[in-house]
Amino acid sequence: MKSNRLTALILNNTTEILFVFLFVVFGLIAPRFFTVKNFEIILGNASYIGIIAVGMTFVLLTGGIDLSVGSTMYLSAVVCGKLINIAGFPIPLAILICLLVGIGVGSFNAFAVTRLKLVPFITTLITMTLARGIGLFITRSKAVDYPETITLMSTVKVFGLIPLHIFIFGVVVAAASIYLRKTAPGRQLYAVGNDLEAANKAGIKSRKLIASTYIISGFFAALGGFVSITQLGRVNAGFGSGDEFDAIAAAVLGGASLFGGIGTVFPGTVLGTVMIQMIQAGLVFSNVDLYLQPIIMALIIFLAVFIDSARNIQLKKLERRNILKV
Amino acid sequence: MGEILFEYRRVSKSFFGIKALNNVSFEIERGQILGLIGENGAGKSTLMNIMGGVLRPDEGGMILKGEPYTPATPAHAAASGIEFIHQELNLFTNLSVAENIAINRFPRRGSSPFINKSLLLKETQLFLESLQMNFSPSTLVEHLSPGERQLVEIAKALSTNADILLFDEPTTSLTAKETENLFRILKRLQEEGKSIVYISHILGDVRDIADEVVILRDGQVMGGGPMADFPINRMISLMVGREIDNIFPVKTVTPTEETVLEVQGLGETGMVRDINLRVNKGEIVGMFGLMGSGRTEFARMVFGVDPYGEGTILLKGKELPRLDPGASIGGGIAFITENRREEGLLMDYPILDNISLVSLPEYSAPLTRIVDNRKLYNKASEIAASLRLKSADIRTQSAKSLSGGNQQKVVIGKWLLQDPSLLIMDEPTRGIDVGAKYEVYLIMNQLAERGSGVLFISSEVEELMGVCDRIVVWSRGEIIREFSRPDFALEDIMRAAFRQGIESDLQREVPANEI
Repeated sequence: MKSNRLTALILNNTTEILFVFLFVVFGLIAPRFFTVKNFEIILGNASYIGIIAVGMTFVLLTGGIDLSVGSTMYLSAVVCGKLINIAGFPIPLAILICLLVGIGVGSFNAFAVTRLKLVPFITTLITMTLARGIGLFITRSKAVDYPETITLMSTVKVFGLIPLHIFIFGVVVAAASIYLRKTAPGRQLYAVGNDLEAANKAGIKSRKLIASTYIISGFFAALGGFVSITQLGRVNAGFGSGDEFDAIAAAVLGGASLFGGIGTVFPGTVLGTVMIQMIQAGLVFSNVDLYLQPIIMALIIFLAVFIDSARNIQLKKLERRNILKV
Repeated sequence: MGEILFEYRRVSKSFFGIKALNNVSFEIERGQILGLIGENGAGKSTLMNIMGGVLRPDEGGMILKGEPYTPATPAHAAASGIEFIHQELNLFTNLSVAENIAINRFPRRGSSPFINKSLLLKETQLFLESLQMNFSPSTLVEHLSPGERQLVEIAKALSTNADILLFDEPTTSLTAKETENLFRILKRLQEEGKSIVYISHILGDVRDIADEVVILRDGQVMGGGPMADFPINRMISLMVGREIDNIFPVKTVTPTEETVLEVQGLGETGMVRDINLRVNKGEIVGMFGLMGSGRTEFARMVFGVDPYGEGTILLKGKELPRLDPGASIGGGIAFITENRREEGLLMDYPILDNISLVSLPEYSAPLTRIVDNRKLYNKASEIAASLRLKSADIRTQSAKSLSGGNQQKVVIGKWLLQDPSLLIMDEPTRGIDVGAKYEVYLIMNQLAERGSGVLFISSEVEELMGVCDRIVVWSRGEIIREFSRPDFALEDIMRAAFRQGIESDLQREVPANEI
């Protein structure tokens, strides 16, 4: 009985436990890992993927998936750059349009999923190809450079302390978390993810809610892409590709279920995002062969997803037993 | 009293060319509890779905508070003051009780978009207390037992201040105590002037709670009026169209000495302990116990879907491998699960596909594995006919479109296709009507005659006493007593299930013990 409760406790908090475990392991292997500078780098690198992962969490909560975020990043960044460089748009307006492009791609996904009833996986696979295709059509696969005004943004410190990108990440996390926890549509999103049919019967506007998650995801993809270009200053043809994997992995490592209804932005997705960056940094610090790193990364994510699945089965079983045993 | 709140006027509705409702008219008064009874497929659910805005009538109409009433959606029905408590639960297991109840009308903090959580919890607490439901509003629904979940579902409907409440089999997973509490609540709602339509197969409950009764058969109203004019016998005869003097078929075979199933010392921590059980050829063994006493878990272990720690299971003398339902099916075990909707049926698929699901290998060519569709169809039609399955075409009609009793027949048919040597039935008669129940008993008898052993799990002692050769009584994961037919006595069996029937023991155990 006691051991059961312990198992349940461990299984219910796998994200946190895995986080602490990796933290300690890398700390022991590479002492340089425990430095303020390193943590700032980890958090900095985590911010743009984190913003996208927050959007992904919304979609995952409904039981959907958004594969188009990496391409959305690229397309919106390209549009932004071209508007400034060629059309001479003022920068704030260009940024606004950049974000609107994200909302546009998200709206297309939302329309296809909720109105045309296409499967999210296929829909976003199509927009993934489409958005990158349009981007490449505009750039002819040439790199796009950004003016100094934009790259200088990465050196801005809010309140003279917090780097801008980390600040934006923080605001996104806070807003998303409050929305999901404290507002009616946020709570209803969990209901939709748990049982769509029951949600409809309860009079919840499920379709609108599901549509909103794709739009939010598109918006955050564009925002994350923009945060990334302030740091890079240049966007090439491969920009953002593969980031959808990191974003999904971050959310799932943070405890979001691919079946919907389960997951949190804070602490879940935030921990997941930081964990991925931590693993990447930790592997570098531990002098692991560069070509082994993606393999190890994949294994760790596999492990996390596997634990998630095993956890659900085990928790159900434990609950059954606890009920039987008075 | 006396004011007519709602009226059905000559309502008809057909599905796939079969008339589900034929010219139905009756009325509901304010402050009345109306019992609606009828066999499965008699049209009760269709009638309620029409009132609840889920379906639209082909002909006829409805009058609500003197105005024509044509709900387009369930939301519209709800807005008109009609609340439908479905048989299946519509709860969000990942949310709290309070959130489930208030899901579409959260209290806000002033005019901000934020939920006023403390107010939500406080209001829900008071509301639950007023219904004498003692669970905390912040509990996640996934931590509640099925009985408690059903109460939450009911609480949800009551929280909307509807004028008419439709209850479809609300007591199926409630304990006796919870049922009693529900009835108290219904009486109180009635005093507050609400009208209630109460659908149930438990005629004793209908007699106790309803003021008036309406009896449906084959989509037509067969009779109705004050409860006092309809003793249970009359209700039954109107429902089935014949007098049933014997609701259990006479069992013609006596069990042989040949063992089909032998379980020795089966145990699994926290589930079951030291279970020894034999089922012989031609024998029907009943398993009685309170919900959560371990019967279903035991059956799942025998069938190979759940693990067990110790013991052996022998089928016809051969040991069954653990966790291998394929081997169990191959050995001739058929398992009719408690939950036909989730475990037993592919709801969106045609009846034929459902029936043939487990026996496809036997109907496919030896080498190419191509299925002989004609042979399969012929055999399946035969079974459908022998089960008196009401269906237009088993090749096209989906399982979903059938009534509860007919769905159950499809589940049974699925296993009959391959002549099982051991049939395990878990609550096969729950939620189905008298006529369909009789047919289920008959099928068990036929199988026993053909030499199968039957394990019959039920929470109704009467039917076990009527059908079984032997009854084993379960409590807290153990078989604590065994009765053979000559010793069958209702009170003794109940006392055994309640462990000597000590009242305090019962109260402590039942709520926590439910599965």
